[in-house]
Amino acid sequence: MRSGLLRFEDWTDPVPPVEREVVSLTEDARADLPPLLFVPGLGHGAWAFADHWLPQAASRGYAAHAVTPRPGGDLRAHVHDVVQVAASLPRQAVLVGQGAGALVVAYAMGRYPVRAAVLAAPVMDGWPTLGAALRINPFGTLPALFGGRLRLSRKQLFGPEMPAEDAQQHLDRIVARPRRELVMHDPAPRPVGDPPVLVIGSPDDRVVPRTSLDRTATRYGGAPLLFPGMGHDLMLDVARAEPIEAILDWLDKTLGDQGTS
Amino acid sequence: MCVIGAGASGLAAIKNLREAGFEVDCYERETSVGGAWNWRHDRSPVYAGTHLITSRPLTEFPDFPMPDTWPDYPDHRMVLSYLERYSAHFGLETNVWFGTEVVSVAPAGDGRWDVTTQSTGGGSSRVQRYAGVVVANGHNWSPARPEIPGDFRGQVIHSAQYKDPAQLRGRKVLVIGGGNTGCDIAVEAAQQAGTVWHSTRRGYWYAPKYLIGRPADQVNDRMLKLRLPLRLRQWLYRRAVALTTGDLTRYGLPAPDHQPYESHPIVNSQLPYYLGHGRITPVPDVTAFDGASAVLADGRRVEPDLVITATGYRPRFEFLAPELLDTADDGRPDLHLHAFARKHPTLAVVGLVQADFGLFPLAHWQSVAVARWLRLRVTDPQRAAAVQQKESVRPVASWSRRRVVPTARHWFEVDHTDYLRAVEGLLREMEPVS
Repeated sequence: MRSGLLRFEDWTDPVPPVEREVVSLTEDARADLPPLLFVPGLGHGAWAFADHWLPQAASRGYAAHAVTPRPGGDLRAHVHDVVQVAASLPRQAVLVGQGAGALVVAYAMGRYPVRAAVLAAPVMDGWPTLGAALRINPFGTLPALFGGRLRLSRKQLFGPEMPAEDAQQHLDRIVARPRRELVMHDPAPRPVGDPPVLVIGSPDDRVVPRTSLDRTATRYGGAPLLFPGMGHDLMLDVARAEPIEAILDWLDKTLGDQGTS
Repeated sequence: MCVIGAGASGLAAIKNLREAGFEVDCYERETSVGGAWNWRHDRSPVYAGTHLITSRPLTEFPDFPMPDTWPDYPDHRMVLSYLERYSAHFGLETNVWFGTEVVSVAPAGDGRWDVTTQSTGGGSSRVQRYAGVVVANGHNWSPARPEIPGDFRGQVIHSAQYKDPAQLRGRKVLVIGGGNTGCDIAVEAAQQAGTVWHSTRRGYWYAPKYLIGRPADQVNDRMLKLRLPLRLRQWLYRRAVALTTGDLTRYGLPAPDHQPYESHPIVNSQLPYYLGHGRITPVPDVTAFDGASAVLADGRRVEPDLVITATGYRPRFEFLAPELLDTADDGRPDLHLHAFARKHPTLAVVGLVQADFGLFPLAHWQSVAVARWLRLRVTDPQRAAAVQQKESVRPVASWSRRRVVPTARHWFEVDHTDYLRAVEGLLREMEPVS
């Protein structure tokens, strides 16, 4: 069995430091609310949250940050990046991960006691996601299996209502080179400090199948909160305001309960 | 729950007890967090040049890493700012009563404790009852002073009173003690003082801070990762020291009378350098003072005007009756895993351990184990009893270092991998049944 206490890899071969891109909105932050740290998925960066979810969270009094984990880094390096940024915040942070970013958050929760976490359209078990990708977008996916670039398609990430130009603009920014470990990783560790975890997703997500979403939610002791009609990129799709409002409502309620108990 | 002390160990204890669902009151005699690492505290042993001797990855709390841009060996200011950030990040100070000293901790029956506190400024005392007590009062604040017979005309201070290299400038300094502090001060004296003698009782294995371009402790852990047997590691250690530090008997130091890993590691790259430059003169034990001179074990005399005794510290628990911690007459408490009181399941000590490793991670896992144990006693007393039964037969040799030089300095010496494996074993036994 792997040891949780003897972390030889971290002791003998620490992840090298890098400059990390962090986008922050903290002006209207209330002192009694924890900071939020958004973690983007494969090929995305902090930009994916910068225009919509970040300002919306900030308008509700949260200090909102988004990090771009190091380009080209492996899962371990990305977890390191997220934990480093989380620990650099003044208060215990809430992590919000989307897509493969949710996997990073799930791993980070094993290292850092988050105040709470949200896994949005989490790519937690890679095989069903790979299967779905090969079915829906075989030509974009196949090269990635041989170390090439992953070309995500519009219908994978967005719902049908998404205007074609907007979708194309986002797609142009995505540079995705998935690593083998996205599919072949160990199960995520148990979160330290037993934090509240919310799983959200869409039944129409073409990247994360519904069964996979349910499995993840069950693992964290709940049912997923669903946003029908939306694609995988919940923070960019047309109805993007709804999931973040729901997340913030959940946080207000959960953290409020914690405060009074 | 009551936590005594808001240094690194106490802060970890507050955090981990809270995570286990307990309400915590922490008492701290000073007015700020940081304990020994806070140089403003009058009991802090920190001096201006204090740096970590274990590298950053082996020293940080496992769940709150130091910034990865920090150097391999941060100095004491960085360490204090790290502890302050840890405290602020998890909002621990809301649970701390500053300027409050614990006067006594007495069993009140049924596993409960009466904790008597008093404001450090004096005033009336107050008694509060708790379901458990975690002692984290540190063990590096009560100086152990050697008893050297005779009168000395010069100045004698303990290393606890050494703060600034200016105290050494231009003087004739005798440093007594071969520990890490003694070696550090000898090096600082070599840079500042006129003449420096360094008195050590025995030879040590002086490990360098860097080996093959990596912090030496990280290289050492590579060997532990491969689970190399102790004999082989000792051989490699001797080879590594021979190739880096080299033979120090040439400068008049005695050869070590023990194998590597049988004493607390001394990590200092600069001491051999200044020995080689003749800035430090190694001398044997000081047996007596006589007027202006210090008499050495070999009959020689030296005439320093400042003597610094870097002879370490002793743990002190004035607020606890000695039998509660099974403390022997010499002051050595006997605790399971150096943490759990053997006869009092709701009393524990955190941070009373010495290792070839940073203290913070060990204190973290100790306090996690203590918190889970206290929680299990509440939620499932039957299983708690079973765990206690099982732990009582855990052989001491499995977690405590077996062969060490028999001095008070090695009372709490552990090998960090053996120790953490034992703590992990305990944590697994207490795992919730799924």
